[in-house]
Amino acid sequence: MLAEAIFFSAVLFTIGVIGVLTRRNAIIIFMCVELMLNAVNLSFVAFARAYGVAGQVFVFFVMTVAAAEAAVGLAIIIAMFRHKQTVNLQNINILKG
Amino acid sequence: MESYPLFYTFHFYLFGIIAVASAILFVTRKSPVSAAMWLVSTMFSLAALYVMLDAPFIGVIQVLVYAGAIMVVFLFVIMLLNLGQPSEIADVRSGGWRLVAGLVGLALLAEIFALTRAHSVPGLAIPRGTAAEAINSMGAVGMVAGPLFTTYLLPFEVTSVLLLAAVVGAVMIGKQRRAADAR
Repeated sequence: MLAEAIFFSAVLFTIGVIGVLTRRNAIIIFMCVELMLNAVNLSFVAFARAYGVAGQVFVFFVMTVAAAEAAVGLAIIIAMFRHKQTVNLQNINILKG
Repeated sequence: MESYPLFYTFHFYLFGIIAVASAILFVTRKSPVSAAMWLVSTMFSLAALYVMLDAPFIGVIQVLVYAGAIMVVFLFVIMLLNLGQPSEIADVRSGGWRLVAGLVGLALLAEIFALTRAHSVPGLAIPRGTAAEAINSMGAVGMVAGPLFTTYLLPFEVTSVLLLAAVVGAVMIGKQRRAADAR
């Protein structure tokens, strides 16, 4: 099942990348990043079964980083929304030269 | 090639296909709320895959932390900012970006096929069924907790500092700064 799991993981990662590149809603882009993290977790778990349990411990750390990232990222989105009244990235260009 | 019971293979493909289909529906939805719901569906199918890959504890944590906590925070922010309706401005990027996204997608898919042709390293592989035996001897939690609190103790402690920093940072960024604006 290792090859199948890696296949599904890679397809999910690809969908996440395409979502990040094609959408403009900041929250949906953020959820696409979460999808990519989940895809990586799936390969970690699959490899953990074939090469030793350390992969499952790494999944633990990835989930912690994802939780921290969600907290800070959503706080940034809320601050941005207060400033601009939108989460559409087309209207958020104050760092553009 | 290892062989698995048909029952196992069928359900592995079933949950994998549900995960991929939900992910495709997730990136194509206009409304953020329905996108979040499809992402929850993907995460539940991934939890099922984790259980089938001899990681029941990770599967439970996936449901509790990802589908439970992180997605609730997302939905909470969508509710707070009143983004339930699809936005009136075009949400999907046009021509050039779609071309770039398609090319990146094709490149990544090509990498998948290169990966599936790769051979695993026989010297590194542990015998099949080791993980299942570890669950039987140490329990599903002990299998993860053992290495987490011995070999990976330092990364674990660093993670707690990371979470503390994230909590403090989220509060600082998110709080109203009326007093600072008034000055």
